Amino acid sequence: MKYQRQRAMFSRPIKGRVRPPSTNELKNPNSERYAFQLRIVVAALFVLALFGVLFARFIWLQALQHDKYQTLAEANRISLVPIQPSRGIIKDRNGIVLAHNYSAYTLEITPSKLPDNLEASIQRLNQIIEITPKDRRRFKKLMEETKDFESLPIKTRLTDEEVARFAANSYQFPGIEVKARLFRQYPMGEIASHLIGYIGRINDQDLTDLEDAGQLANYRGTDHIGKLGIEQSYEEQLHGTTGFEEVEIDSGGRAVRTLRRTQPAPGENLILSVDIKLQQIAEKAFGDNTGALVAIDPKTGGVLSFVSKPGYDPNLFVDGIDPQNWKDLNESPDKPLNNRALRGTYPPGSTFKPFMALGALEGHFRAAGYAFPDPGFFWFGGHQFRDDKVGGHGMVDMYKSIVVSCDSYYYSLANTMGIDNISRFMGLFDFGSQTGIDIDGEVTGVLPSPEWKKKRFKNPAQQKWFAGETISIGIGQGYNAYTPLQMAHATATLANNGVMFKPHLVQFIENTTNGTKTAIEPKPTKTLPFKQENLDVIHRAMVGVVKEGTGARAFAGAQYEAAGKTGTAQVFSLKGGKYSESGTKKRLRDHAWFIAYAPANDPKIALAVLVENGGFGAAAAAPIARQVLDYYLLGKEPKAPAISASDVESVTDD
Amino acid sequence: MIKQLWNRIKQPIDPWLFLFTLLVFGLSVVLLYSASNRDIDKVMDKTTFMGVAVAAMWLIANVSQQNLMRLALPAYVLGVLLLVLVNVPGLGVTSHGATRWLNVGITRIQPSELMRIAMPLMLAWYFHHFEAHLNWKHFLAAAALLVLPVGLILKQPDLGTGLLIASSGFYILFFAGLSWRLIGLMILAGGGMAYTVMHWDLCIHLLHEYQCRRVATMLDPMQDPLGAGYHIIQGTIAIGSGGLLGKGWLNGTQTHLDFIPERTTDFIFAVFGEEFGLLGNAILLTLYLLVIIRGLTIANSASTLFGRLLAGAIALNFFTYAFVNMGMVSGILPVVGVPLPLVSYGGTSMVSILTGFGILMSINRDKKLMKA
Repeated sequence: MKYQRQRAMFSRPIKGRVRPPSTNELKNPNSERYAFQLRIVVAALFVLALFGVLFARFIWLQALQHDKYQTLAEANRISLVPIQPSRGIIKDRNGIVLAHNYSAYTLEITPSKLPDNLEASIQRLNQIIEITPKDRRRFKKLMEETKDFESLPIKTRLTDEEVARFAANSYQFPGIEVKARLFRQYPMGEIASHLIGYIGRINDQDLTDLEDAGQLANYRGTDHIGKLGIEQSYEEQLHGTTGFEEVEIDSGGRAVRTLRRTQPAPGENLILSVDIKLQQIAEKAFGDNTGALVAIDPKTGGVLSFVSKPGYDPNLFVDGIDPQNWKDLNESPDKPLNNRALRGTYPPGSTFKPFMALGALEGHFRAAGYAFPDPGFFWFGGHQFRDDKVGGHGMVDMYKSIVVSCDSYYYSLANTMGIDNISRFMGLFDFGSQTGIDIDGEVTGVLPSPEWKKKRFKNPAQQKWFAGETISIGIGQGYNAYTPLQMAHATATLANNGVMFKPHLVQFIENTTNGTKTAIEPKPTKTLPFKQENLDVIHRAMVGVVKEGTGARAFAGAQYEAAGKTGTAQVFSLKGGKYSESGTKKRLRDHAWFIAYAPANDPKIALAVLVENGGFGAAAAAPIARQVLDYYLLGKEPKAPAISASDVESVTDD
Repeated sequence: MIKQLWNRIKQPIDPWLFLFTLLVFGLSVVLLYSASNRDIDKVMDKTTFMGVAVAAMWLIANVSQQNLMRLALPAYVLGVLLLVLVNVPGLGVTSHGATRWLNVGITRIQPSELMRIAMPLMLAWYFHHFEAHLNWKHFLAAAALLVLPVGLILKQPDLGTGLLIASSGFYILFFAGLSWRLIGLMILAGGGMAYTVMHWDLCIHLLHEYQCRRVATMLDPMQDPLGAGYHIIQGTIAIGSGGLLGKGWLNGTQTHLDFIPERTTDFIFAVFGEEFGLLGNAILLTLYLLVIIRGLTIANSASTLFGRLLAGAIALNFFTYAFVNMGMVSGILPVVGVPLPLVSYGGTSMVSILTGFGILMSINRDKKLMKA
């Protein structure tokens, strides 16, 4: 065995017993062994000493201080009961309540404390208080979603009579109790459901997230958490700080008296920039159609209306949605849970043209006065790109190209500008990136470019950008895909002469204790350096659309000057054939767009409307915009939905 | 035939170490049944973990020391590499304000877990490798090998794990013959550090705010009565109210009225102290002591320097976990996420402890083979 080692100043064997170490001398294996043994003994003593400290601590706690802790634990057991803070209220800009709380009794089961199995307990309970099959289904779903729980509600919103009946029999039901709880309610129901969102019971994923955020202690005693929309994104402000009560409880765990109370700090209220009346009018204007509308105050970025049709009743989610309702919502062909304004992407169609025109002016690709005779088509690479008017629009300059929505003008412009210039310019308006609105889940859409295509496709044959693809990008078709929110955001930026604000739904955060309001300051995120004369060309043309162009019919007799642009997004490629609405099935029909702002000389509102499968923008989307603008600017309330099925049939040039 | 098989199975097992382990495990099963409110599923889970862990122990016990040594360098390099990768954006997972995990697609792993074994393995191998001509430069290099991963872990930040891994490496240095004077200096420095972190104004310059808050909470639990302070208050009450003989199995009021948080995992010792009292604590301490003494005995009689160092470090490491856990539950150490070895519910900890025991058995087995 080789125990020979050299040692130096870092290792010192014990003096006296071993010769002092010297270099190049092999040491006695036994002394090595001895040094190691000594260290083993020291380690053992170290272990004994620290275990001794622990044992001393146990003696202190369990023998010397036992009486004190015995008293604390037995006679005077103090329980810390968390007190849930009341959740902040959500109000619209005029103070109309959109989400509030009310107190009600619930019947709750703690499965681990039940004396017999769950089914038998519910069976017995049913003899006293009716438990419907729906209650059971919902309870089962809640149990599946949460592994770690204290108690779960089997029945919510008990009547006074039911509370009294259970109280008289509660001794028969250990593990089941009546609790007073705060409930969330959304008085507007479906209206604005996609922006408000909803709260739901805290599930395992939420628990992990709370733990990660270090918020678990603050959520003791809280059952619900924001799941979607504003309820989710402003969870921190809405929730508040949990208080607690020190209560004395007897050996059975029942509270005897309260010793001390630390009040919870209620959550902050949110005051939205949304006008709920305007929201209501906008939602109604859609009739039975699906689609989205976003209206923004261009001078602040405050969102005035945020519609995704159809909506859903957020109240269904609060106590855990029952499986039947969930199935209905999930499987409906209209997809009511899909937030189209935030997450639906559509080619912008002709609403892209004013932005293209501005790009042409800014990049000196076209002068505003340049005119060409429109033949009704554009030849490129042996392929004919058609205009929708056979024979063309005659002599077309930039003004007319927007007013009559001339495709050939933009086919040719796109070809001149090239894809790189187009995507660089459109990127300025946040096309293809998030607008940064204050709710989660926003998608970026697609701003097409050769780089994008390279990333999007794996097959090298598909990665190449073809010049022909640029042509249809020019009229807002092809790979172009943007959300209605992005369209409204870009329109607002255009209306505000290039000064861009981040869109936001919440305007003020109101402290509920002292009533102070903190404004979410509108700060311009960027100012796009456009020439005013170029902007004026576009503004004039968009006013022309509404006065004498494709939007004229919808805006006949308007008492303010509006600027707008119609658009139609192809759902289905017709391979050069002539599109006919009656011959196309409803779900393959084109989407109708309209973007607008008003008053044109001093815009107070900018919006984008999308009607899914609505056909032409002029017929389906522009009338909705008209009703919204009429109400917002004049206070005029409409008598009937803006569009019906018959409107969608009539054909107008777009 | 069957006898042969039986001999093959028991051949690498150290009977004493295994016996003490089984005794602690038996105690933990009884305790878990009470702590989990008679949840038989958890007891079954725990038994399954034990089965897996014993299998791991047996497998490692069969590995020869030569092969263990071969593992040292790759395990250490891999561990450091993973710790570095944690800092690569997109790979590291941040949670609680700390970046400790690595996203490997299907799941996330914590590279510092690997370092718990890789660190002592590496250092033991290192000293063994240069055994013939050890001098102070080797201690310096070993210290560097220790500081590199510990620094990476502290940076995450994960003070608790960093200190535990640093201590496992330090134990190797200690057994390898680190000079007493230096050890004395380190104890002084450690004392100074402890003094610093106990004073908020000084601490805040040195550590993260949440770490200082933990120490402050330990010194005055009422500062955070719903969070970490609640754990300490209720744990102390549970242990104290247990008295000399405890309230009896299944009779702990603190436990069964839901006062003890995490009562099957990190705070299971509070349940034990409440239901089995000072007598129970004495028995558990004795069993732990027996395990540690057995480990140190194996270290003492090991045939190679590698075996001596590694066995000594594993024994002291086991001690450290037990001490830190019981210390935090009884309120003399700050709350860090350390399970009570062999007792807390949870598979990872069981497997890593019994892997360590497997190494002890492997070291012991080689010695027996040489005698024979």
